[in-house]
This record gives sequence, C-alpha cells and structure tokens, in this order.
Amino acid sequence: MEKEFMDNMMEILENDEITLDDEFRNLEEWDSLSYLSTIAMIDDEHELVIPREDFSNLKTLRDILKYIKKDKEKNK
Amino acid sequence: MALLTYRNIGITGIAAAVPENKIINAEFTEFFTPKEVKSVSRMTGIKERRVASDDMCASDLCYAAAEKLFTEMNINREEIDILIFISQTPDYRMPATGIILQSRLGLPKTTGAFDINLGCSGYSYGLALAYGYAAQENIRKVLLLNGETRTKVYSFKDKSTGLLFGDGGCASIIEKISDENPSFFSLNSDGARSDLIKIKAGGYRYPSSLESLEKKTYEDSSIRNDEQGVMDGAGIFDFTIQEIPEDIKRIFEFSGESQDNIDFYLMHQANKFITDHIAKKMKIPKDRVPYSIQKFGNTSSVSIPLTIVSELRNELSSTTKRVFMTGFGVGLSWACAITSISNCVIPELVEI
Repeated sequence: MEKEFMDNMMEILENDEITLDDEFRNLEEWDSLSYLSTIAMIDDEHELVIPREDFSNLKTLRDILKYIKKDKEKNK
Repeated sequence: MALLTYRNIGITGIAAAVPENKIINAEFTEFFTPKEVKSVSRMTGIKERRVASDDMCASDLCYAAAEKLFTEMNINREEIDILIFISQTPDYRMPATGIILQSRLGLPKTTGAFDINLGCSGYSYGLALAYGYAAQENIRKVLLLNGETRTKVYSFKDKSTGLLFGDGGCASIIEKISDENPSFFSLNSDGARSDLIKIKAGGYRYPSSLESLEKKTYEDSSIRNDEQGVMDGAGIFDFTIQEIPEDIKRIFEFSGESQDNIDFYLMHQANKFITDHIAKKMKIPKDRVPYSIQKFGNTSSVSIPLTIVSELRNELSSTTKRVFMTGFGVGLSWACAITSISNCVIPELVEI
C-alpha cells in the first residue's frame, strides 16, 4: 500500500523525489489541484473521502497514509 | 425523502441565450498570474466564459431564449399557464422578476408566475416543480426560465471565484407527452453548510451599508466586499464527492432503472475535475457525459440546459434519449433527475 500511495503522490505532484516525511504543503508543486487530486485518488483507491477538517491536521505524507490505514482498521 | 415520480410529462423545447461578450481565461491575467490561470483552467476545464454587459440582466437572457423558443415551436402564448423564473440574480428585490417576464413575453394575465431562489441545483429542482404543475389537468404548458448573471455576483479579484463564472439564460417548455417511462426526481438540502457559498450582506440580516460596500483584502490577496459572493471551494468539493454519488445511487434504486439505460449524464458544469471523478466513481462511461464548461464556465442553474443546447442539439431533437441530470451547489442544495427527452425543439444558441 505504501508504494502504491507514493507512486500515486509522485504522479499527482509530478515529482519523483518526494519522501514519506515531506510536509506536503511545503512542496513547491502543492496547490489546490493537488489537494483535489489527492482526495480523489484516496477515494478511488480506498473508498474514503477524508473530511477537510481532518485533512488540515495532516502534515506529512506519512500522516495521510496513517489516516488511511486507521480508517481501514476501523472498517474491518 | 423528496423522491418524486411523474408519468407522461416531458420537456418539449429548450433554448439558450448567452452574451456575445467573451472572457478568455488565458488572457485574464490582470489580477491572476499566468500560472494561476493555467492551473485553474486545467482543473476546472474552463477556457472561456460569457459576460453580460452592465445593463444586461438574467431576465434579458431568459427573454431572448424564450422568444426564440416560442418562434421555433410556433407557440400560442395563451397556452403558457405557468411561468417559473429560477435565479439568484433577479432584476429587483421586489417584485418577482418572473412576473415582469409574464408581461414582457406577452403572456396572459391568467398565467401563474413567480420566482424561485435556487442556484446550481435549480434546473433539476425547477423541472421537478414544472412537471408537478404540468401534471395538473388544466395546465397546458409550463415555461421554466433559468437565468444567471453570476459574473456580477463575484469579484473578478477573488482567487477562489474570479475565473469560474459565466452568464446565460435558458427557457424550457414542459407539458404532457406520451412516454412509456416515468420521470424521477430526488431533491435534497443542507442548510448547516449554507456558509460555503454565500453573499453575506445586502439582504435583511446584514442590510446594505457603507461598510458592506467597503473593499477588503484577504489573506490570499483576494479583494471583495461583503455584498459579493464567497465560495469555499474545498468545502464544496467535500460536499460534492460525498453527497452526489449517494444521491445518484438513491435515485437509481428508487427508479429501479439500470444506469446502462441512460444515454446522457448531464452534470452541473462547475468543475470538470469533480464531475470526472464522480463519473469515474459511478462507473459512468466518459462518452455519456457531455461538457460545455470549456466554453461557458459555471453558469449555475443554466449549465445543464445550456449544455443540452450547445452539445446535444442533434441527438435530442430527432430521437428519444433517456437522460440523467444532477445539479449541486449553493444552499447547499442538490437534486437529481431521470427523464426522457424526445423530439425536443432545440433552436441554435442565441447570442445577444
């Protein structure tokens, strides 16, 4: 899941040098389109729409991944 | 739940009018950087939009569309028993613009006329209402007018909205027809999220004042006053991708109809990224989702009939097609519809 997620994020941000610990909002490529693309990608891959209030608390790409994993465990 | 069914009612004519005056987004760089313009165009699909002149109102666009439709359908104006004008950019705060249009269009005094204050959901909502009137024994024709001059609502110097909106007006005739398939509607609302798209001042809660007209500069460098619209784009995105797929499921379950049966999915033209995502999520084939957003931007409740006139004129004027529609936005308000459009009179787009 981690690799898929990072592959998708690299595609969205058009940058293959990003790492899980990057604070995505500080990346030069991050804009409103990448926000929509990230939320849409997670909805596509995991049938999960992360509410905006929750998303605003996520800082790094690892935080997003943790959030997805937590949601999966909750729905097991 | 507001789930409705009507039998043997349909749309027999649709006309649209837009201002001649165009804004080409790629050239709209006085306040936006070329990079911002490119990014917004890429995401929303909006390349151009039409802008009404200072003295042109939503009602003028609807009037032009209705006159064109009356001529092409050879309509006896005495037969228009109901006129519904749906807009959030009326001529006056009172009286209702629909009543003024009754007279301008030469309709009889026996026509019932009124306004409905709805935005992007206004075509599906308006059809649900129009079908209800048309089902009445004594009602011959219902004239549904959707008109907006949204470019006058928002500040052109607002980062969230300055590149998105366009103006237009549409006229539709709804009446009794023979159709073996019923029409279905699902209507929804969520006032808890009314702040997501709003004009705060100028009504009676926050009356117009010197302060409400004062231009303020915001953190993102947007400039607007309190009598101009605000939109929380990310909040609307959340709402749309959660609620619209659910409502699509709800109406198809209610109708018992298969999604495959639908020839065209007419989505409110707000943001191509969002509607592409919804279509993908609902497994709707791309070639069944027409777009006109690239030419006209977001025209609120006008966007669905405008897409029909601009993109589906040939398909819907000579054959019978089953169509799905969904409108969503300010309110929050959203509605879906499933209906047939058959041998519909669709004149060429009017430009004024």
